[in-house]
Amino acid sequence: MTERTDPNGPTVPSGAPPVIELIGVERTFGGDPPVKVLRGVNLRVAAGESVSIVGPSGSGKSTLLNVLGLLDIPTGGTYRLDGIDVAQLSDGERAALRGTKLGFVFQSFHLLSHRTVLENVMLAELYLPDSEARGGGSKVERKARAVRALDRVGLGHRLDYTPPRMSGGERQRAAIARAIVHAPSLLLADEPTGNLDSENTVAVLELFDDLRHDGLTVCIITHDDSVAEHADRTVRMYDGVLTDVVREPVASR
Amino acid sequence: MKLRRHPSGAEGLTLRSKLTVRRLLGEATAGVSARPMRSALTIVGTVMGITSLVATLGVSKTAGNQIVARFDAVAATEVVIEPAGSGNAQRASTIPWDAEARAMRLNGVIAAGTISAVNTRGARVRSVAVANSPTSEYDIPMYAGSPGLFAAVKTKLRTGRVFDAGHDLRAERVAVLGPGAAAQLQITRVSQQPAIFVGNRLFVVIGILDDVSRQPDLLDAVIVPNDTARSDYGLRVPGRLAIDTSQGAAALIARQAPKVLDPTDPSRLRASAAASPKRVRDEIQSDTNSLFLILGAVSLLVGAIGIANVTLVSVMERIGEIGLRRALGAGRRHIAAQFLTESTVLGLIGGTIGASLGVLLTVAISAVKQWTPVLDQRLVVAAPFLGAVVGLVAGLYPALRAASLQPVDALRAGT
Repeated sequence: MTERTDPNGPTVPSGAPPVIELIGVERTFGGDPPVKVLRGVNLRVAAGESVSIVGPSGSGKSTLLNVLGLLDIPTGGTYRLDGIDVAQLSDGERAALRGTKLGFVFQSFHLLSHRTVLENVMLAELYLPDSEARGGGSKVERKARAVRALDRVGLGHRLDYTPPRMSGGERQRAAIARAIVHAPSLLLADEPTGNLDSENTVAVLELFDDLRHDGLTVCIITHDDSVAEHADRTVRMYDGVLTDVVREPVASR
Repeated sequence: MKLRRHPSGAEGLTLRSKLTVRRLLGEATAGVSARPMRSALTIVGTVMGITSLVATLGVSKTAGNQIVARFDAVAATEVVIEPAGSGNAQRASTIPWDAEARAMRLNGVIAAGTISAVNTRGARVRSVAVANSPTSEYDIPMYAGSPGLFAAVKTKLRTGRVFDAGHDLRAERVAVLGPGAAAQLQITRVSQQPAIFVGNRLFVVIGILDDVSRQPDLLDAVIVPNDTARSDYGLRVPGRLAIDTSQGAAALIARQAPKVLDPTDPSRLRASAAASPKRVRDEIQSDTNSLFLILGAVSLLVGAIGIANVTLVSVMERIGEIGLRRALGAGRRHIAAQFLTESTVLGLIGGTIGASLGVLLTVAISAVKQWTPVLDQRLVVAAPFLGAVVGLVAGLYPALRAASLQPVDALRAGT
C-alpha cells in the first residue's frame, strides 16, 4: 500500500454519479486564534462505493464525518449530497435530509436503554414523512421493515430485548439495523468497532461487507487500518487535508 | 407528496420532517413511563396543588351551603313587625294587644309574641337577701312579652318555666330572667321560688333562660307578662311583634302580617324579614374562596416549578438522546414538542390524581363533619386540564433549551 498526495484531492472514480461530492470544503472554529480543522477537502464517493477515512486523533476525521452527516455546517466550499447543495438548506431541511438519506452508526451505539431493540430500530423512521417511507408509513409497515432489518443483522430473536441485556456486538448490530431500516443513500460509521472485542469486530465487519456487496454506499471513519481495508477505497486525513491511499483492491487480494 | 423546486437542487423531495400527533404522544408517554419513580416524584407538586385547590373550593362550597342551611333554619324564618316611621305621629300605627293571636291565624306562622321595653322609671333591681347576706342593686332592663314570645324568639330554658296565658291574664308578678340578668342577681335555681325586687315591687322568678337566638336584648333582661307591665308600669302599647315562620314563608308572612294587624292601613306597619339566603351564601363563599384560591395558586406555582426543574434535569440527562433524534431527522420543533408534551402529560396525570384526591378529601371532611358534600362539577372536570396547563407552561423553558442544542454537540456530550 502506497500513499500519494494529490493537490486536487483524492482520486475520483469515474462512471457512477456521486453520492458525496466535496469541493474545497473548509471548517473553521471561531476562537482566538480561529482553528482551521478542514482545509479545502475534496472528495467524491460514487453510489455503491465504500470508503474508509483513516487518520490520527485531531486530524479532522470526526469533523469531516459531522459535515458529511449534515450535523455540522462547513464554513467554506461546496458539499453536494445526492446532488443536493446542502449549503442552501435550512436547519429543518437539513434535519429532514438526514432522516431520509443518511444512516448513522456510532462508536457508542446510541441506543435508548429504556426501549426494546425493535422500538430503537423503528425510531429511525419516526420523523420520516409517510411519502418518503419506502414501503408505506403505517405502524404495521414500519414495524415489518424494522423486523426485517433486525433479521438482516441476525437479531430477529432479540426483538423485545432492551440494550442493557445485550452484548456490545449485539448492540452495534442493532444500531446498524437502525441505520439501514429506511434504505438510506449513505451509511456513515464513526469508529464502529471501537468498543468491540476482536470476535464482535469480525462479525460487524462481515456485516459491513454484506451491506457493501448489496450496493449500499458506506463511509467509515476509523483509526484501525485492518478495518479500513474492508472498504473499496481508503483516504487518509492529516492536519485537515485528505490524501489518497493507493492499495490493491480488496477483491483481487 | 409535496413536490418543490429548491435552490439546492432537491426537486421532488419532501424536505420536511414530520411527527404526527399520535407518534408524538407515543414518544411522550414512553418518555414519561421510562422512569416511573422520577415521573411520580415530579408530579407530587402538581398533585398537591390541584388537590388543595379542589378540596378547598369543595370544602368552602360545602361549608357555605351548611352555613346557609343553618341560616335558613334560624334567620330566614324570622319576621319582626314594628310601627313604621317615628317622625309623623299621625301616620304611626300601633301593635294591638292581641297581635299574637292575630298573627297565629296566618298559615306559615309557627309562633308569635309581642315584645316591649318597659319603663320602670329608674327602678333598680335586687334579689331578695338570703341568710342576711348583703345584696346589690342593678340597673337591669325590663321587657314585657306575650306568652308566645319565648317560642317566637327561640329561647332555650336553663331551668324553671316561662309564663303562660294564665299569668298574663291575672297580671301576676312573675318574671323570667335572661342568663346575664340571672348571673348579675346571682340566681341559679328556681326550685326555692327566688324573688327579686324591681324598685319596691316583688316578682317571683319562675324561669331562667339559657340562650336566645333572636332579640339578644332579652339576654340581660327581666321579662314579665304584658298585663303585669300594663297594670304596674302603665305600658300603653306593645313595641313590636316577633314571628317565627315555616321555612320559605318569611317573605309571605312579612307581606300578610301588617294587613292582619292593621287592616285599615297596613303601610303604617313595617315588616322586616332576613336577607336573602342566596346573597348571604355568596358573601360567605367570596370571603372563603379568595383565601383558598390564593393557597391553591401558591401550591400550583410550587408544582410548576417542580415540573420545570425536573424536566430541565431530564433534558440535561438526555442530551445524547436529543442528539440521536436530531441525527435521525428530528427538527428543533420536534424536540421542543416532545419535551413539552412530556411535561404536559405529567401535568395532566398530576391534575387527574389531584382532582380525584381533592374530591375524596372533600367527601371525607364532609363525612366527619356530617355535612352534605357539594362540589362544582365544572371544577372537577377542569382540574386535570389546569394541571396540563401547568405542565405545559413549566415545560416551555426546558423544551426551548433542548431544541436549541446543536446535534453535533448533543451527540458528543451524550456519549
